[in-house]
Amino acid sequence: MGLSGGSRDVGPLEPVGPREPLLFRRRSDREQLARSLTIALVSSIVVFGGLALIITSSPGWESVKQSFLDPEVFADSLPDVVSAFWVNVRLFLIAEVLILVFGLLLAVVRALPGPVLFPVRAMATLYTDVFRAIPGLLIIYVLGFGIPGLGLEGVPNDPFFWAVVTLTLVYSAYVSEVFRAGIESVHPSQDAAARSLGLSRLQSMRYVVLPQAVRRVIPPLLNDFIGLQKDTVLVSLIGVVEIFRTAQIKAAANFNFTPFLAVALVFLVVTLPLSRLTEWLVIRERRRQAGRGGAR
Amino acid sequence: MTDAVLRIEGLHKSFGELEVLRGIDVQVDRHEVVCLIGASGSGKSTLLRCVNLLEEIDAGRIVIDDVDITARRVDVDRIRRRIGIVFQAFNLFPHMTVLDNVTLAPRKVLGRPRAEAERAATELLERFGLADKRNDVPDLLSGGQQQRVAIVRALAMDPDLLLLDEVTSALDPELVSEVLNVVRELAAGGMTMVIATHEMGFARDIAHRVCFLDGGRIIEEGPPAQMFQEPREPRTRQFLQRIIDAGRL
Repeated sequence: MGLSGGSRDVGPLEPVGPREPLLFRRRSDREQLARSLTIALVSSIVVFGGLALIITSSPGWESVKQSFLDPEVFADSLPDVVSAFWVNVRLFLIAEVLILVFGLLLAVVRALPGPVLFPVRAMATLYTDVFRAIPGLLIIYVLGFGIPGLGLEGVPNDPFFWAVVTLTLVYSAYVSEVFRAGIESVHPSQDAAARSLGLSRLQSMRYVVLPQAVRRVIPPLLNDFIGLQKDTVLVSLIGVVEIFRTAQIKAAANFNFTPFLAVALVFLVVTLPLSRLTEWLVIRERRRQAGRGGAR
Repeated sequence: MTDAVLRIEGLHKSFGELEVLRGIDVQVDRHEVVCLIGASGSGKSTLLRCVNLLEEIDAGRIVIDDVDITARRVDVDRIRRRIGIVFQAFNLFPHMTVLDNVTLAPRKVLGRPRAEAERAATELLERFGLADKRNDVPDLLSGGQQQRVAIVRALAMDPDLLLLDEVTSALDPELVSEVLNVVRELAAGGMTMVIATHEMGFARDIAHRVCFLDGGRIIEEGPPAQMFQEPREPRTRQFLQRIIDAGRL
């Protein structure tokens, strides 16, 4: 190092020959990594520091800070917001199970061939089209207020029940499309091989096509579930006291918006790990596919 | 009652405008090995897929053991149990181990208990030198090994008739012989087979009868000695000449 002074004889683009000593190559890799990290750190400080400076020096900053970032209101509302969040958690856990079952059923029905089953397929298609077209908000209103309003005997009027029903109906439409894409991504020769062995249509679907399809669609499914978890706040509209409604109550009591910040934080804490998991699964699947391509 | 395992009469099959099979008549007796030869697109694979009911036929009859399998209201799944097919691209199930690939149909279709199915499968795998691969997934196997597993998978159903659809066409040249040897062994054991193949030397060795397909018809058929040495039809001669010119016979 001392002799070569400040000049670097190994540039980042210089090709590393296969016969180069391993020790030397490793050190240059490490140097490069250190350099990249430094650059990333400096540029982050510049960008985020700059943004912070612009925001805090804006004319309205003081009043915005008071109404959105009040530490006292935050500390006061966080426990209530968190405990209300369990309603959302219960809501999306129950809905997710129902969505998986119903969405898969819809997808399988649409994948079954044969003229006899045309009406069933048409109904499933119509269902997915309709429930993807109408905003979930409207469906929540119609089901949450409309059906209990009919006053039919034996029909529950618990808003939580209708919240689960609505989320299941809306998200099953999306999830069935995801499953369907997965089913169609399995090459027809797999089904042909299964059928040629004497497996029935349903057996081939159950043992050969679906296991391969489901494995491929887990990342997009998790993606839909992230959306679902956030959409649980919509059911506050039909009177379910969950995290968002609780924050509204708190905000109104304090004349302050900080409780919503607490809500945002709670969702971040829950959703971020799921996002990372999804990304990790996508990368893993890509590697597996690449490995398979190389083996053939 | 004849000893014909398979009888095809006046078989026609079109894909849209394209008529792939234009009247096929052929009979395959028990323990007979019939090779289908002909250029790509002559209808060999389609014929095999029709016999296995993977394609719906437009006209004609396919009779297996005196049962018309192309009649209305036949139980397709029941018929397919008795006809094995091995595909060019293996079509193994990638999410299952070799053993599960082989035992899936015996367990789910024939309702055999797992232990029994696995014992039988292991025996078959041993016979074809694959016992040490039984717990691997297909992707870890070479092409030749995968194709041998595919053959074992078909054999596990104990079929009356085995259809082989260009089973060596997707293989590297050095892997072809290990698969052909398996087929030879099956022929020696008396398995009734219909084999679509581009391997003329193999067809000459193994076939009791060779059928030359061209433009969706069987132009000429006969014992291999006659077909390869003194073909009658000019088109058969042309085809074989091209094969010889390519150094493949």
